[in-house]
Amino acid sequence: MAVDREAQFHVLAVDDSLIDRKLIERLLKTSSYQVTTVDSGSKALELLGLREDQDISSPSSPDKNEIAVNLVITDYCMPGMTGYDLLKKIKGSSSLKDVPVVIMSSENVPSRINRCLEGGAEEFFLKPIQLSDLIRLRPYMLKGKLKEQQPSQHQETNSSTISSCSSNNNSKSNKRKAMDEGLSPEKTRPRFSSSSLALVSYEETA
Amino acid sequence: MELGSLQRRYIDFTSALFREGFLDNQYTQLQQLQDESNPEFVLEVVTLFFEDSEKLLDELSRTLDQQVVDYKKVDAHVHQLKGSSASIGAQRVKNVCMAFRNCCEERNQEGCLRCLQQVRQEYFLVKSKLETLFRLEKQILAAGGSVPVLW
Repeated sequence: MAVDREAQFHVLAVDDSLIDRKLIERLLKTSSYQVTTVDSGSKALELLGLREDQDISSPSSPDKNEIAVNLVITDYCMPGMTGYDLLKKIKGSSSLKDVPVVIMSSENVPSRINRCLEGGAEEFFLKPIQLSDLIRLRPYMLKGKLKEQQPSQHQETNSSTISSCSSNNNSKSNKRKAMDEGLSPEKTRPRFSSSSLALVSYEETA
Repeated sequence: MELGSLQRRYIDFTSALFREGFLDNQYTQLQQLQDESNPEFVLEVVTLFFEDSEKLLDELSRTLDQQVVDYKKVDAHVHQLKGSSASIGAQRVKNVCMAFRNCCEERNQEGCLRCLQQVRQEYFLVKSKLETLFRLEKQILAAGGSVPVLW
């Protein structure tokens, strides 16, 4: 079927914290995404049809994915397989490498952020995630769907207006102002994406 | 108590919680995610937080009580507590966790024990405040009114 504007995108959310899983699920559902949550990278790979020890899915069944996802959002710090490990597995798989991956973390560690973006993550969100963060996910999922239909089309630029990330963790503390609709790309929260790696500036917190 | 006073009491109580730093904007985020299709969302998440935290506090006591303290383990627990308190907006608990992690890094047992005491205190404080909040909400609804929206 053609891409229906009403069609739901399916997000796979990975987090070892039950509270955070509940939160991300509610956030995603509120944003009208279909959600599946798992508590580990290995469960995520299982669902995606990749086994932990495989780097490429078996050529005999190219569409071996158990479920189809339009985006994977994963916590960074998890026991066993980290979000970064999961990212590499996905990007290293011929069948899954085009699935956009977003990483979340409660810690603002520049080297970690860079590593993830360079490893192929589309975005790196600092926790706690907010509704306004999720608005940014749509372009990645649309891009994925378009790629499915026109493999020759090169990535359309989602010109993420990240630019000045001069605020770090402090920006998240105690915002009293009313929540905006989430439509304006406010720069009150640090967000990082590969298109503006060079412009990111922040202070390293201990 | 009559509905109007209940609602006023709710407003005052909630405002104080934010003003005094017990809760931060993340709690408001949770409230905004609650609606008719998920009328108990905040209560569910906060209940998970209570269960999780009490388990973690027990673990922390046990781990810090060992002859040889495994600071990596302590740090992992505190990291988890910090994460979950941040996720529900329990600001004071989160802040103590940050100090706690520094003590872990320094392998400062006394410091850690102090932090544990502090975090326990802050946790039980915010727990009782939140329970009061939920009680007020219940009373308002029982009186046929609606819970004031403060955002």
